[in-house]
Amino acid sequence: MSEQWEPRVVAFFCTWCTYTAADLAGISRMAYAPNARIVRVMCSGRIDPQFVLKALADGADGVLIGGCHPGDCHYQSGNYKALRRYTLLKRVLTEMGIEPERVRLEWISASEGDRVQKVMNEMAEQIRRLGPLRLERPPKPHRAAVKEREAVAVSSQGGAR
Amino acid sequence: MSKPKVGFYWCASCGGCEEAVVDLAEDVLKVVEAVEIVFWPVALDFKRSDVEAMKDGELAACFVNGAIRTSEQEEMAELLRQKSQLLIAFGSCSHLGGVPGLANLWDRQAIFDYVYKEAPSVTNPDGVVPQERLKLGSNGYALTLPAFRDTVRALDQVVEVDYYLPGCPPPVKLIVNAVMAILDNKLPPKGTVLAPDKALCEECPRKPTKPDKLALKELKRPHQIQIDSEKCLLAQGLLCLGPATRSGCEAPCVSANMPCTGCLGPTSRVKDYGAKALSAIASLIDSEDEKEIANLMEQIVDPIGTFYRYSLPASLLHRRVPHKGGAPA
Repeated sequence: MSEQWEPRVVAFFCTWCTYTAADLAGISRMAYAPNARIVRVMCSGRIDPQFVLKALADGADGVLIGGCHPGDCHYQSGNYKALRRYTLLKRVLTEMGIEPERVRLEWISASEGDRVQKVMNEMAEQIRRLGPLRLERPPKPHRAAVKEREAVAVSSQGGAR
Repeated sequence: MSKPKVGFYWCASCGGCEEAVVDLAEDVLKVVEAVEIVFWPVALDFKRSDVEAMKDGELAACFVNGAIRTSEQEEMAELLRQKSQLLIAFGSCSHLGGVPGLANLWDRQAIFDYVYKEAPSVTNPDGVVPQERLKLGSNGYALTLPAFRDTVRALDQVVEVDYYLPGCPPPVKLIVNAVMAILDNKLPPKGTVLAPDKALCEECPRKPTKPDKLALKELKRPHQIQIDSEKCLLAQGLLCLGPATRSGCEAPCVSANMPCTGCLGPTSRVKDYGAKALSAIASLIDSEDEKEIANLMEQIVDPIGTFYRYSLPASLLHRRVPHKGGAPA
């Protein structure tokens, strides 16, 4: 089993810096560990802690967050918001028995293709050292009820008065 | 025409939800007039066999409070689901897992070890722990106890739930509204939480004093400061979860100088209450310095107990990782 296991990393990259850097790494033909699935977001400040928990709960072994360097955020302060959430989220993860090293925040600017290569390789190596996370799935709330709950959410009129 | 039959049941809970029914005060008379209570173990002498003798769907509605921890609670949840047209999760514990759900930070073994062996107040030299089945002598009699599960679950993680009445305990007004909606057949779509779908700040009496942009330089606990009884608690540096919590309670805690702890759970668009509450608080911190941010976050003494106080079992992670991660053995 462990021979076949490969680290699965979900990477949330901001479109202005880190995603562009990953693009640059690709154009520059830099090889790096293929373990991360990249999700492009407009800003690291858009990354809801729920995204990170959902990724881990659904089978990711680690999560990488990439944003612009401090002071460089396209929206001025989104990356600081990401840093604050990340700092607090790491405390929650630790208390939930998940190694905080499974979640990593990196500032990578659009010109740092080589840094994407380095961080991606390090992340794959780090997760490989930690081993698979394999979180036990929570019992699913009953289907029928959930579907309707979501329908209510869409109509945004949920709740009796 | 006979009155609709109603039942109440409790699982892993403190009894506060039952108290909330009594808190209906005179309104309880209206309820009693309109329905026939046929099952309510806390207050009236009905047995499980009375429920078993009912036809399927005989109960018009059953209000179940408490989380699900034991095999007996599972069985009762299933039985009441079968006998009820509407099954309503009553209170935070059955809605999201509640305070008993914080026990998901440990497992059965750890809980038994502490409660029956290690706690300073325990004297148990023989190391006796509850057994699910114990044979007595040679006469063939056996004593049984329900199985104690490893994980606490919310009611909808065990059986289908039609509606949710949130709160610890549910506010009287929401209970009355729900009962009236059932009687008048004016219920929203199934799966709905029977409370307004807005954040508590919207109905908070301190809302006028909430600054346009909250920026917290430090986080305080209620005993550390003299609380201004008019001003927004977040603006005073108190960790109030109003921005992330569903309204409907009319902010009794906040009115009494206590920050909101989030018992009504999230609004309908949020999947993981704690993550969203954490996100909201982190956003309000006024610092861009890594060290300072780390120090500020350290001031939150118990992050799980703070952000997941009522919702750990229903959260995305739902319980502590038992084996501390790591490679498989």
